[in-house]
Amino acid sequence: MTNERTPAHLDKPEVRTVPYDLIKEIAIAMVVSLVVILGFAIFLSSPDVPSVSIQSWSAADPADFVTTANDELAGASTTANYGPPYNNGTGSVQSIGPVSPQSWAGVHANVDQPHDFVINPLKQAAGNDSALMAAINSYETASADQQGKWHDAYAKALKDAKVSNGQVAVASGDYGPVPQMMSRLLQLAQTGALDGLLLSSDHFYQTDYTKPLLFMNDGGYLAGLAQDQHLTGTQWGMMNETGLYPGQTWLWLYTLWYQVPPFNGVSNADLLVVLVMVILTLLLMLVPLIPGLRDIPRWVPIYRVIWRGYYASRSQELS
Amino acid sequence: MDQPAGYLHWGFILISWPNLLLIGLMVVLFGLALILPFPGHGSATEREKRG
Amino acid sequence: MKSRVGDDSSGSWTAATRRQLERRLPWENLLPDRQPFWVGSWVYVFGVVTIAALVWVIASGTILALFGPQWWHLSRAGRFFNSLHFWSVQLFFVFMVLHLWGQYFMASWREGRAPTWMVGAVTFAVSIVAAFTGYLSQQNFDSQWIAVNAKDAVNSTGIGGFFNVLNFGQMYGLHVMLLPIGITVLVALHIVQVRMKGVVPPIDDGKSATSKGR
Repeated sequence: MTNERTPAHLDKPEVRTVPYDLIKEIAIAMVVSLVVILGFAIFLSSPDVPSVSIQSWSAADPADFVTTANDELAGASTTANYGPPYNNGTGSVQSIGPVSPQSWAGVHANVDQPHDFVINPLKQAAGNDSALMAAINSYETASADQQGKWHDAYAKALKDAKVSNGQVAVASGDYGPVPQMMSRLLQLAQTGALDGLLLSSDHFYQTDYTKPLLFMNDGGYLAGLAQDQHLTGTQWGMMNETGLYPGQTWLWLYTLWYQVPPFNGVSNADLLVVLVMVILTLLLMLVPLIPGLRDIPRWVPIYRVIWRGYYASRSQELS
Repeated sequence: MDQPAGYLHWGFILISWPNLLLIGLMVVLFGLALILPFPGHGSATEREKRG
Repeated sequence: MKSRVGDDSSGSWTAATRRQLERRLPWENLLPDRQPFWVGSWVYVFGVVTIAALVWVIASGTILALFGPQWWHLSRAGRFFNSLHFWSVQLFFVFMVLHLWGQYFMASWREGRAPTWMVGAVTFAVSIVAAFTGYLSQQNFDSQWIAVNAKDAVNSTGIGGFFNVLNFGQMYGLHVMLLPIGITVLVALHIVQVRMKGVVPPIDDGKSATSKGR
C-alpha cells in the first residue's frame, strides 16, 4: 500500500505544475490568524465565572449544605454510595449486561464520606471543645440503627428548615448529636476552614480536589448554578460555555446521544455513550477501508466544485 | 459577555446562539472556500514540466 | 570493524537511515516550491490555518504556563493571554473540522494515503482530549462543573481511578506537557505523510480505464 518512490503523479510528465510557496502560505496564515485571535481577545475577552467553594456554598445556601452534610455523615449521599473508584458502593456503577469495567477496575481513589467529609474535619477542628468531642463520641458509639433514625428524622425536618443569619434551624425532634455536629460543620464551612481541611488534611501540598468536589456535587447548589448557565446534561451542557461565549461545539455528537432514547432514560447512559463514540471514532479513522462510507465523496459532487479547473481543462483536452 | 446566552429550542435540539452562529459561520466559510477563485491559478497557462 | 567503503556498505544503520530518508522524502518533496495545478482552491488552505492556530495555542499556552495556573484570574495581562488561548483553540477546532470536511469530500485517502487520513483522525481525537484537560485546568466554576460531570463517564470505563478528572494537578500536567507533545508529534507526522505522498489527485470520474479509484 505504501509507495516509497516520489509520488506517482509528480513523476508523470503531463502533470502541469504551478509555483506554490508553502512557507509564505504558512507565514500569511499565521499573521492573519493572529490578527483574528487578537481581535476576538481584545473585544470579547474570555469566560471566567469564579469557582464555588465549600465556603461560598455554605454561605449562599446553608440549608442545602447541612442537608448534604447530613447525607454524607449518614453514608446516604450519591457519592457515598457511588462505587468504584471511590468506594465499594453500587449506586452509580454502570454496566452493559455482565460487562462492567468500572467494577473490574476497583477502588483507587478511596473516599470515606462520613469520616473524610464530617467526622475527621470536626475532630481536627474540635481542639478544646469538649462538648463537640462528646457529641462526636456519642454519635460514634451509637448503633448504626440509632444513627440511621437520627439521620432520617433530621433529613425530614430539614425540608422545612428556617435559615436566618446563615444558621439553619429545624423543628424540635429526636436527632441525637447530629444537629450539634452539623451546626459546627456549617461554621467550619462558612469560615473557609472546611475547604482547607478537606484538601490538606493528609499533607501540606495538595492538588487533588476530589473530596471538596464530590461533597459539592452531592448538594443542589452547584447544579442550580449550572442549570442557570445551561450546562447540565439534559441541556446539551457538554457543548456549552458560561456567558455568551461559544462552547465546545465539537462535542455536539457526544452530547446528542444523551438527549435521545434509549440513552436519555437509562442509568448506564455514560457507558453506552462512551461505547458508541469509541465505535464512531474508530469508524472515522477507518473510513478509507469502509465501502459506502468511502464512496460518498464520489456521489456528492463537492469534489467537482473544488477541482472544477482540472475537469474543465481535461474536457478541453479531450474535445 | 458574562450574562447567560439565549438558546434556540427546536424539538429535542437545544443550542446556544453563539454556538449556532459559530457552526453557521463554518458552513459559510466552507461554501465560500468552494466558490471563491484561488489566486494565481489561471485556467489556461502554458504547460510546464516539473522543474 | 570493517573500514567504511561508501554508501552501499551494509551494516551501517546511519547510512541505511539516510538512504531511506533520501528515497522516501527528498528535500524537493519535503519543501516543494511547485504543486500540481489542481491545488488551486481555498479548501486547501484549511489545513495550514489549523496549524497556524495550533502555533498560537501553544504560544499563548506557554505564557500561561510560565506564570502559573492562577495568573489569569489575578491580572489583566493574564486574562488577555487566556483570551488569546481560548480564541486560538476555537480557531484551531473550526479549521480542523473544515479541513476534515474538505479532505473527506475530496476522498484524500486515495492512492495509498489511508495512513495520512488515519493519523489525522487520531489527531482530532487527541486534540479533543487535550482541550478536555484544558477545560478542567481553568480553576473556575466551569472546570468544577465539567469535572463533576465528566467523572461519571470516565468512571464508567474503569479508568477513573487512574485518570481522575477531579485531580487538578494530574489534569494540568497532562494538559501542559503530555498532550501538547502528542499533538505536535502527530501533526508533524501528518505533514510528513502529506509531503511523502504528495497532494492527492482529483477523483477520476471513471473516464480512464486505468484509474485506481480508491
